[in-house]
Amino acid sequence: MTTQHNDSLLRFMTCGSVDDGKSTLIGRLLYDTKTILADTLNNIERTSKKRGMEAVDLSLLTDGLQAEREQGITIDVAYRYFSTGTRKYIIADAPGHEQYTRNMVTAASTANLAIILIDARKGVLTQTRRHSYLAHLVGIPHIVVAVNKMDLVNYDQAVFDKIKADYTAFATEIGLAQARDIKFIPMSALNGDMLVDRLENLNWYQGETLLELLEAAPASNSEASEAFRFPVQFVCRPHDSANPDLHDFRGFMGRVESGEIAVGDAVTVLPNGYQSKVKAIQLGAEQLQRAQTEQSVTLLLEDEIDTSRGDMIVKTSQAPEAVKHIEAHVCWLSETPLSPARTYIVRHTTRESKAKIGSIQYKVDVNTLEQQATTDLKMNDIARVSFKLAQPLMVDSYDKNRATGAFIVIDESTNNTVGAGMIV
Amino acid sequence: MTTKQPLSHLDWLEAEAIHILREVAGQCANPVLLFSGGKDSLCILRLAEKAFRPGRFPFPLMHIDTGHNYQEVVNFRDQRAAELGERLIVRSVEDSMKRGTVVLKTPDEPRNKHQSVTLLEAIEEFGFDCCIGGARRDEEKARAKERIMSFRDEFGQWDPKNQRPELWNLYNARVHKGENIRAFPISNWTEMDVWQYIEREKLELPSIYFAHQRDVVMRHGAIFPVNVPLTSGELINQPKAGEEVINMQVRFRTVGDVTCTAPVISDADDVSKIVVETATTTITERGATRLDDQTSEASMEQRKKEGYF
Repeated sequence: MTTQHNDSLLRFMTCGSVDDGKSTLIGRLLYDTKTILADTLNNIERTSKKRGMEAVDLSLLTDGLQAEREQGITIDVAYRYFSTGTRKYIIADAPGHEQYTRNMVTAASTANLAIILIDARKGVLTQTRRHSYLAHLVGIPHIVVAVNKMDLVNYDQAVFDKIKADYTAFATEIGLAQARDIKFIPMSALNGDMLVDRLENLNWYQGETLLELLEAAPASNSEASEAFRFPVQFVCRPHDSANPDLHDFRGFMGRVESGEIAVGDAVTVLPNGYQSKVKAIQLGAEQLQRAQTEQSVTLLLEDEIDTSRGDMIVKTSQAPEAVKHIEAHVCWLSETPLSPARTYIVRHTTRESKAKIGSIQYKVDVNTLEQQATTDLKMNDIARVSFKLAQPLMVDSYDKNRATGAFIVIDESTNNTVGAGMIV
Repeated sequence: MTTKQPLSHLDWLEAEAIHILREVAGQCANPVLLFSGGKDSLCILRLAEKAFRPGRFPFPLMHIDTGHNYQEVVNFRDQRAAELGERLIVRSVEDSMKRGTVVLKTPDEPRNKHQSVTLLEAIEEFGFDCCIGGARRDEEKARAKERIMSFRDEFGQWDPKNQRPELWNLYNARVHKGENIRAFPISNWTEMDVWQYIEREKLELPSIYFAHQRDVVMRHGAIFPVNVPLTSGELINQPKAGEEVINMQVRFRTVGDVTCTAPVISDADDVSKIVVETATTTITERGATRLDDQTSEASMEQRKKEGYF
């Protein structure tokens, strides 16, 4: 029974194309971990019948919107939850349909593990290559290649081995195999083989079940960069308080994006470069001696320093660069194309800057992975772009730090989020 | 390399929610926290304390009162706001009815959906650019697609097909005048997480969350509370002719409009027993208790499109 509070948390995503069983896989995971409750099951039983299906269609669990149910398709990223006795899971469920690149990049940005589904009958396809390239680009540290629909190839080991060899060759070609931890697993999401239960059809496979792999994958915050990065979100100055002790209180509130910090550590505030030491670390009323990655805390410094939202507190010994020019891989998210003539807003950590496009070096054909010349970017395009910034940003490269290497591009006229950037 | 112990899932969810609350405070000029006195909004109050103390909250609290609330909850709402020393705004659906902006079809119709009108009126009155709410993605399938910072146009409408992409933890709460953002700091929490957090933080709750004796009838397959006294003293939910009134031990899983929130049979009279009950239940929170979500498969989505939070 899940009454303990010390479970860790894993965020993962599933990717696959239209008919390779992604929704069934998620449905099966939720069903076999007893996450689906009776009334939900009754609802999807009713809908399955209404659509003339014989068995309960577990994929109906993940299609939430009216238009999706009407059209039987998945439109947008959805988030699902389940927990075991030891871990809580957040699934980012990205649809395999059109708009795949944008949705996949969105789902991948918060995931620490990706399940890439391959239909055992079809093997490594263009979309497998595309998904793998994108998972690599967005820096998901753990990849699980799930060879699904093994029931349709008589649970034949030779089929699995061939797909594994093909995938490994391709993953080596794009640098994924060298950079990431890749696991392979044969399964039938429809029948439940090797998801939560082993069942008997895949006895030749000695590796972990999908759930065992998920249970063993490191939680996201245990893998972040070692360099301490603390973007200031909000400055707390309760000087109008009735309590005179608080008149000089100046707390810098934010989230430790990476690394850790302890009372007494020497810090620098960027971009102004002021130096001080950490006097206290607070989480609500609690006084902490240290804070680690992904903790939201309040830092008090020994010196009175003029610091505001958008500044970044770092350890003096590990300061990043403040730059007014960045090179990045950009995924364009908007139906309105990127126009090199326009000015955009770049939001990086808690800081915003106006930005102009310096140049678009190339865009990548995500099907062939070829680099092509281009002068604008359309929705779902991935390109290498340089930006000129009005304000300095304190950046790391994305492969060193997913938090300080990422940014979004905002269109000032609509305020929409139109681009996602990963700093090279 | 130091060996890092990952945060527990509750610590992680708490840290994420604090981060979201601070982003609202950092990005929005005039936010408000929607506070009903229910369990989710009580969690958010504790998160706001952790996010902003020793300072004051950078937003007032606001309750959209349907006039059909349990006394215990309304009293608890006022008591909690006073203890925190934060400003509480109450706007009521009954005032919208007097203005003629809410017109009921029948006098005893559930008023939950009419909250949208009163909420939009209050947003306009105060010029709020962001409403922080306690909705969770696990509550309902339309909510599973909801952003953490969710854009609403000047009519308060949610367009599920045209949402801002949300990547990493970079939230975009920018709006033009008249538009607003609905921010959901506990999007990634489940009902279980909420109860575990209440247990860990020792949060006080209105008494109706715990097992108690109550007069009910069985109506449309649900347990329906009857003869409920409102704050005004008026008794609401009179039993219909032919209905047998039973005094039963029940508790509420969600708290909302008296006319459409059903309790469940339970002997869980403290939080740890509720945690155990939540772990073993076979019925979803809304399936068990919200009569207004069952009207059609898409009723929550429809209400959200119309401005519901």
